[in-house]
Amino acid sequence: MSAEYIFPHRHILGLAEMADVDIDFILKTAESFKEISQRSIKKVPTLRGKTVINLFLEPSTRTRLSFEVAAKRMSADTFNISGAGSSAAKGETMVDTARNLAAMNPDCIIIRHSCSGSPGLLARHIPAPVINAGDGTHEHPSQALLDLMTVREHKGRLAGLKVAIIGDITHSRVAHSNIIGFSRMGARVRVAGPATLMPPGIAAMGAECCSSVQEAVSGADVVMALRVQKERQRDPLLPSLREYAIFYGITPEVMAHARPDAIIMHPGPINRGVELDPALADGPHSVILDQVTNGVAVRMALLYLIMGGE
Amino acid sequence: MSVDSSILLENARLLDPASGRDETGYVLVREGRIAAVAAGSPAGVELPAELPRMDAGGCWLTPGLIDIHVHLREPGDEHKETVASGTAAAAAGGLTAVACMPNTRPVNDCAAVTCQIMAAAATASARVYPVGSISAGLKGEVLAPFGEMRRAGVRAVSDDGRPVVNSQLMRRALEYAGDHDLLVISHAEEESLSRDGVMNEGEIATRLGLRGIPAVAEEIMIYRDLALAEYTGRPVHIAHVSTAGAVELLRRAKERGVRVTAETAPHYFTLTEEAVGLYDTRAKMNPPLRTAADVAAIRRGLADGTLDAIATDHAPHSSLEKDQEFDLAANGIIGLESALPLALALVREGVLSPRRLVELLTTNPAAILGVPGGRLVVGEPADLTIVDPEHRFTFQAPDLHSRSHNSPFLDLEMQGRAVLTMMNGAVTWRLPK
Repeated sequence: MSAEYIFPHRHILGLAEMADVDIDFILKTAESFKEISQRSIKKVPTLRGKTVINLFLEPSTRTRLSFEVAAKRMSADTFNISGAGSSAAKGETMVDTARNLAAMNPDCIIIRHSCSGSPGLLARHIPAPVINAGDGTHEHPSQALLDLMTVREHKGRLAGLKVAIIGDITHSRVAHSNIIGFSRMGARVRVAGPATLMPPGIAAMGAECCSSVQEAVSGADVVMALRVQKERQRDPLLPSLREYAIFYGITPEVMAHARPDAIIMHPGPINRGVELDPALADGPHSVILDQVTNGVAVRMALLYLIMGGE
Repeated sequence: MSVDSSILLENARLLDPASGRDETGYVLVREGRIAAVAAGSPAGVELPAELPRMDAGGCWLTPGLIDIHVHLREPGDEHKETVASGTAAAAAGGLTAVACMPNTRPVNDCAAVTCQIMAAAATASARVYPVGSISAGLKGEVLAPFGEMRRAGVRAVSDDGRPVVNSQLMRRALEYAGDHDLLVISHAEEESLSRDGVMNEGEIATRLGLRGIPAVAEEIMIYRDLALAEYTGRPVHIAHVSTAGAVELLRRAKERGVRVTAETAPHYFTLTEEAVGLYDTRAKMNPPLRTAADVAAIRRGLADGTLDAIATDHAPHSSLEKDQEFDLAANGIIGLESALPLALALVREGVLSPRRLVELLTTNPAAILGVPGGRLVVGEPADLTIVDPEHRFTFQAPDLHSRSHNSPFLDLEMQGRAVLTMMNGAVTWRLPK
């Protein structure tokens, strides 16, 4: 990276708009922040006096908490707005909500929303930077960045790795951001899952579609299982969770096709025994809790880069 | 509006597909009716000295354009459009007649609502042919009173905006519409395939994380309605055709003699799903914008006669409905004031002849709906449009007559425009100098 590199993004809306150098810069920044969370006094004054609003219009526990922890470790003041009890529940449009929040002069708004593209809509209507904390079935950039960080930490590199993502590719914003992120960093991404959950045009995003889980996992350095959402049974996309576990679940037998040193990832929360065998989730190949730890570092980095970087 | 309007329109390219006329000539309008249509100059013809004259400067003179698919939003959503504002927009777009869909509030499913629309239409800037609903309340359960609505002024029936899901109801609608001389217009959509979809299914929808509407959702329902039309022997008109597969289905059905007509809208031959860009709600409509291959097929269908008419599906919405999350934004775009320039682009690109264009914009729409007009015939009301196919302008919100500005074409350079629109010989639109 050249010495004069300046992080060019005002908002973090998705990895689709990020170049490989941007992703690398975020990861390096996050890696340097990771140590802060290991101190006994887990706080630096970097973002003191900055106001961060967590606008979570869709339920979330870990992402919201992770952003809040990240902001507080940087000494920013955080405020949480959740879907229930917010103005959205009273019929106010998101644009109006955004304008009202903007009138309070926040330095950053973190948004989680069930509609794809809503962070961009928010960004068009307010002056503050916006971070997408998951929008519909579009992107979840901070999750993909923490996944990239975790893989790089364990494998020492991203380029040339084989990454298998297994499950509901259609509805997973985690899968979308990861397909974009891993392929942009030079990894080879293969996806597999029930045909009902494989969207058209996935190859154009950079992933190779496999006809079986075994094929996707074959020779993989990284195996990522996606959460199965129970409501998909009604759509009708899946016959049953039991059938899913048998044919698409990650089990020791499936992992036998991966590289012996392959790591297992999951964005959480896990349906144990459905998409991931409990023994694997808790076993030596699992890096699931590292993902959570790195999530805080990545979010500290994002907050720093769009609010504090001078 | 005066009905005793008289004027001589001379030095015009007379384009009348019904008679095959395409020549420079003049039209004499006396007391609101066409008194003469002839080639050349009116030099030797005896005319009153005080008769107003207009030199068309070689511009096209066509039968008044007719749009058989618009939403005028009255009654119920007058903040989006009214009969007055919608017909003013129509006149500015060169149209002299529009057929307005019944999904108003309340729904036009009874004579009382039809009468309310007809009352507003009495002072409008274009003829208004209301379309009644097929089912009471657009609920898809029981037939609306076709006969009563026909008496009040309805010319066709449709549940436009929604498909008639129940095939038996659609069959009965086709049968019963025949008793009352009504055209049945099908909004063809298999909802179990399209439900919650917001754009064309495919690579772009996947990338944007938007739920897709596959082309087959439209094609399956068109196939059903073609089968029902064939079975009952009754005519059906297919609204807003958007896919290559639909064009092919229609082509084959016409070959075997099914009584079917079909329309498409300018956005389906002009734009692809790429126009959605980064969640631009001005490119959200139903059916959705499709692929380049679909656009090419629609263009071929217009040229070869598979598609019979260009209709706008003019669907005004205010910023309240459009300036929000893509998933939540209303479907539809305005079209009355952009249809003619967009259609003229097809002539410049060599897709359509001028004569075919006029067929698609007035001759055929009049025939499909069974209404007067669409032809230059002596004795008929003087509903006329003068089109300058060269006129260049920027399509801008402040110039629009519609109350709504939801168009993906805003601020684009366009070429070709109505310079004069006339209904019953009275000027309803004159392009400001």
